Amino acid sequence: MLKSIAKASLLAAALALPLSFTSAQAEEKKDFKVCWSIYVGWMPWGYLQDSGIMKKWADKYSIDVEIVQINDYVESINQYTAGEYDGCSMTNMDGLSIPAGGGVDTTALIVGDYSNGNDGIILKDKTELADIKGQNVNLVELSVSHYLLARALDTVDLSEKDLTVVNTSDADMIAAYATPDVTSVVTWNPLLSEIEAQPNATKVFDSSGIPGEIIDIMMVNTETLADNPDFGKALVGAWYELMAVMSSDSDEGIAARTAMAEASGTDLAGYDAQLATTKMFYTPAEAVAFTKSAELPETMKFVAEFLFDKGILGEGAPSPEFVGVAFADGSTYGDANNVKLRFDPAFMQMAADGSL
Amino acid sequence: MRIINRKPSRVTATALGLLPFVATVAAYAVASHYRRLDNPADKLLPSLQSMGEAFWRMAAVPDRRSGDLLLWLDTFDSLWRLGTGMTISTLLALLIGISIGFIPHIRSALAPYLATFSLIPPITILPILFIVFGLGEMAKIALIVIGTAPVMIRYTAQAVLDIPKEMIIKAETLGASVWQMVTRLVLPQVLPRLISCLRLSLVPAWIFLISAEAIASTSGLGYRIFLVRRYLAMDVILPYVVWITLLAFLLDRALLLLSRRAFRWHHLGGDAL
Repeated sequence: MLKSIAKASLLAAALALPLSFTSAQAEEKKDFKVCWSIYVGWMPWGYLQDSGIMKKWADKYSIDVEIVQINDYVESINQYTAGEYDGCSMTNMDGLSIPAGGGVDTTALIVGDYSNGNDGIILKDKTELADIKGQNVNLVELSVSHYLLARALDTVDLSEKDLTVVNTSDADMIAAYATPDVTSVVTWNPLLSEIEAQPNATKVFDSSGIPGEIIDIMMVNTETLADNPDFGKALVGAWYELMAVMSSDSDEGIAARTAMAEASGTDLAGYDAQLATTKMFYTPAEAVAFTKSAELPETMKFVAEFLFDKGILGEGAPSPEFVGVAFADGSTYGDANNVKLRFDPAFMQMAADGSL
Repeated sequence: MRIINRKPSRVTATALGLLPFVATVAAYAVASHYRRLDNPADKLLPSLQSMGEAFWRMAAVPDRRSGDLLLWLDTFDSLWRLGTGMTISTLLALLIGISIGFIPHIRSALAPYLATFSLIPPITILPILFIVFGLGEMAKIALIVIGTAPVMIRYTAQAVLDIPKEMIIKAETLGASVWQMVTRLVLPQVLPRLISCLRLSLVPAWIFLISAEAIASTSGLGYRIFLVRRYLAMDVILPYVVWITLLAFLLDRALLLLSRRAFRWHHLGGDAL
């Protein structure tokens, strides 16, 4: 019996090894992995890898950076939180709830864009946001869609109690809209424009009503970044080199956007239409200014309160201020002793100064 | 003595049976411990204690928003869907299965069609189900029925065909009508086998239930798991998985018990299932 206990614990240790050491090897590394998923503002990540721009910058700092596309957005964040990746593209809201809420100290390295109409609320056969009262609303629960709905309801003095939220997978959103029971949906592009194109659909609210609140960011592990500033420099350098190309109407810019359009399953016109409802920060200076703006702490407060209200910050969280968020000027929102999300424009500033 | 002839004592047998369970929990506890040394708030492998707390919260503390006890609400809704779906599937299996197995004309008409239909992976026709049944309870129950009924019907039909010809001839010789043969000869032979089939079909039924709840729902065990997956709340997901396993196990044992009580003759040879 003693022998079998010894054997069992040996086996347990063997099983536990690969799980326990994945995130413990932050220092002195040369190989980095970041992940991203399909979204208009993140398509450049795929292009960086394919075009070799990433490799060029990684070589400059004598490191190796691999950019991996993951098909499922939430899964990509979960993988990052579990320590499989050193960075991952996500929204400010999911960054606060999943990695930061899960105790993984995370830094917003590149503030890439904010949704300026990419997320919206659509009603079937109704034309006013207030008509949403009493309806079943199909959306991906606890996502930015849910946040958008909560913020939209504030504007017409309604609350979530006035309607029923039906959790619906984004993969089935278009099929769901085609059924008679579904009368309202909240979703994002390209699904949004697809559904809006139906004859009985009216978009009654979109994220341009709350500009700068749904922010798309490359989040990286704070510890890894502190130990390896070259990792941050390479990512930021590569990103803004591509931004300059992408924003131009040169042949090179059009070629880049066409490649990104194809990778996201649309054509250049379709991709440009999505870019039109996305406020991209094409220059590092714009991104730095946004990160330093006084509105950002305000936004993160809304987001933290929303997450707390939905119980997402963890049940141990006594208040929305449980997880601290640090901003560019050194101020924090929430618990200063538990800062897990940091908005640090230092690397973007280097790009703006041309010192990379 | 050769190893194949050495039988464990009752105590050893129980200990051996428990060992893999204990080893799994121990392996988990060790892995979780090391991950939490690194990051005390780790979400991937929460401690057994925090899972216990999460389970208690789901089961006994009213939800802040709705005031419901979430675990029981989810369990009730899921079991209702599963129960309704499997009841419909079982009734279909009885009605159509016996007809196919007992009446050659019906067999010729339906058997090839059902054999084909049962091979369609139900998930692939989900968009069609949405259009026909909407997104509500109907679609979820329909997915379970479509996923399980065809195989159960085929199995029942085969069970009818497996009844020894001699018994049917004997019943006919004694002047039994078709209805009498169905109630007195076919049903007693087929019902216990249908229960075995039902027990096996519960495995895919759970899968279809959870997939259906993941797609569009406001409650249910599958809904909760896919919802909290959005913020990697493994402290809720893992106890839910254990809970689902326990429910499935209890359902299976209850059906076995029912079969043993009601159809003793079917269990004389011992059970492998």
